[in-house]
Amino acid sequence: MTAPGVLVVLPVAGPLLAAGLTLLLRRHQLAQRVLALGVVGAVVVAAALLLAAADAGNPAVAHLGGWPEPIGITLVADRLSALLLLTSATVTLAVLGYAVGQGAVDERPDGNSTVFHACYLTLVAGVALAYLTADLFDLFVAFEVMLVSSYVLITIDTTASRIRAGMTYVIVSLTSSLLFLTMLALVYASTGTVSLAELATDVPHLPPGLRDGLSLLALVVFGIKAAVVPLHFWLPDSYPTAPAPITAVLAALLTKVGIYALVRTHTLVFPHDGIWPLLLVAAVVTLLLGALGALGQENLNRMLSFLLVSHIGFMLFGLSLFTAIGLAGVILYMVHHIVVQATLFLTSGLITRYSGTSVPRRTGGLATAVPLVAALFALPALGLAGVPPLSGFVAKVALLQAGAGAVEGAHHAGVYAAVAAMLVASLLTLYVMARVWVAAFWRRPRPAHPDPDPGDRLTVGTEAVSRAMIAATAGLVAVGLAIPLFAGPLAALAARAADDLLSPAAYERAVHSHDPPDSHELPGGHDLPGGHGLPGGHGLPGGGGPPAAGGPSVRGGGR
Amino acid sequence: MTATAQALAALVAGPPAPGPAAPGRVNTVLNLTSTVTVAGLYTAGTYLLLQRALMRVLIGIVLLGHATNLLLLLVGGKSGRPAMSGNYPAEQTSDPLPQAMALTSIVITFALTTFLLALAYRSWTLLGSAEVRDDVEDHRIQQLEERLEAQYAHHLTRLPHLSHPRDHPRAAPDQPGRPDGPDDHDGADDHDGPGGPGGPGGGRTVGGRE
Repeated sequence: MTAPGVLVVLPVAGPLLAAGLTLLLRRHQLAQRVLALGVVGAVVVAAALLLAAADAGNPAVAHLGGWPEPIGITLVADRLSALLLLTSATVTLAVLGYAVGQGAVDERPDGNSTVFHACYLTLVAGVALAYLTADLFDLFVAFEVMLVSSYVLITIDTTASRIRAGMTYVIVSLTSSLLFLTMLALVYASTGTVSLAELATDVPHLPPGLRDGLSLLALVVFGIKAAVVPLHFWLPDSYPTAPAPITAVLAALLTKVGIYALVRTHTLVFPHDGIWPLLLVAAVVTLLLGALGALGQENLNRMLSFLLVSHIGFMLFGLSLFTAIGLAGVILYMVHHIVVQATLFLTSGLITRYSGTSVPRRTGGLATAVPLVAALFALPALGLAGVPPLSGFVAKVALLQAGAGAVEGAHHAGVYAAVAAMLVASLLTLYVMARVWVAAFWRRPRPAHPDPDPGDRLTVGTEAVSRAMIAATAGLVAVGLAIPLFAGPLAALAARAADDLLSPAAYERAVHSHDPPDSHELPGGHDLPGGHGLPGGHGLPGGGGPPAAGGPSVRGGGR
Repeated sequence: MTATAQALAALVAGPPAPGPAAPGRVNTVLNLTSTVTVAGLYTAGTYLLLQRALMRVLIGIVLLGHATNLLLLLVGGKSGRPAMSGNYPAEQTSDPLPQAMALTSIVITFALTTFLLALAYRSWTLLGSAEVRDDVEDHRIQQLEERLEAQYAHHLTRLPHLSHPRDHPRAAPDQPGRPDGPDDHDGADDHDGPGGPGGPGGGRTVGGRE
């Protein structure tokens, strides 16, 4: 396997191996922490190298086990995957630092550690696999790896409220996974492949009704994961119960992976000519309902969860346009939102630590008591609302420009409505954040509430904040500030990634760019049924046609 | 479900002619028994999923899992073909890919079923019931409505008089010191996330711990 091949496997295999090791090291907490931080740090470095390679027009590809693309597991790091992987890995590194600083997450009274590190690393591997895979079934596996880790993380050290929230979350996620499998079965039945690159050429030949049905099913499946209204109901109920670092990483990453899957499948497999009105309506409803839901909340974590739902609408809007500038806006918004949403949940954890409550109304005067936390809250909060010159402003300008570019064409009323909804949602975000600021940071100082539940070690302690927690949050705030600082290069990169998305041939080229010369011969020379293993089993021009339903026995074409 | 039905209908109709037909290509015809079984499992699973009792939900998930696994096998083509390659020409052996996918998904649904069972058991020990809990938000809205209704009824009875303002406690949930939400109780709730003031989670938490 070539050097880029190793690089592209590392973000998936590294954390998985380390997760196993941390289970062996359960009595050595320091070793566990060093190992986890080291591996996630290595993923960040690998992601940066992958992004550099992908942007140089040389995306890294790995065919696991040497099996060729249609049947083996293929990992590809094109521009979009590598950029999102880099952002996600950076966030997971900072959140891991925060969790280690918080300490209580991984300690048990008997000196053993909990499964936190193992689950967290598995989650990182699942997220990386979801970004890198070139195969719809592996995408399902990646979702499962991610979700199973998140099930355990959300119900870790079970209290009654976590059980209640976890139950909803697990059942909803399981249902969406089963729908995903159904979609996979139907896609396979109609095309005979689950490889994204092959689907890109096969699906356009399907009858329009079938194509639209599959596309809708994909929208529902990924819409549940991404919390698109009306499929969002589980999110504000389940995320805020977990400890701050876990909520931060779940909120920042899992919904964005859903959006990524939506973007990937709907640009590559089910592309639309021009605006998709259904998605446009979903975007408007998501934007407004999420923001209005946040208005009605008292608990900061629940507010942030509703704002998360609202801001999913921004990304849906960009995707619904199916233009290069719209997709570039989506990519920018994802990068911005992953960072800022994680930062805000971490800051919420800091506020809870200092004041003993996550209801802003029940505390006050934190600006004078802990000015550093106030600054760490204000910057991402304003960034989320899109106040210039912070990161949200850059992403929102890109999306608004995309909207302005689309008002000429069809569905212009919908585009106008969506642009208005985006502005309203931004204003409401600013209002909600300002309300939190006034309630928690201004007013007269109040004494911290005592820890209401000392038996629960996960969110314990008031005024017990370690330096690592502050440093990790500050690091993420700095990353958020770097986004507008490097807005020009980042926007150019996003535009190039969007161009890749709009030309499926680019993805196909990327998948096949590093095919080993002997890739058509399977290891061991076994003759697989269906002619996969024969010369020309993949990559033959004839292989692109839509095979008969129910079997790849026609895939070889020439046999 | 519409999408599923549509896709199944298209499957029965068969795919459009894909250019030159490959030799040995058999037009797949769906096995009626399997199709009806899959449809029945989907129906029963969906029905059970909408129930309140956790056990029924769990069985619903299991049935849906079986339905999807069977569907995966079903799309693998005609059944009854040899699974191993070597003795028969490649065209006559069955398609291994859906079987591999079904195997993977069986493992995943199996593991998650056990996890869900453990969660249901934990819910039973902690909460004393194995039912899907009320949505926190719904609960709060319901409480607000009840309070408003009480206030309204109060108004109706006292309508002829000019009542004293003290008789009309504000219905807003943020009123500190209201009878059902003492401050320390609130604290426990904030700490655990949702379950907002007087939410079901918080109230039950205390009960479960004792």
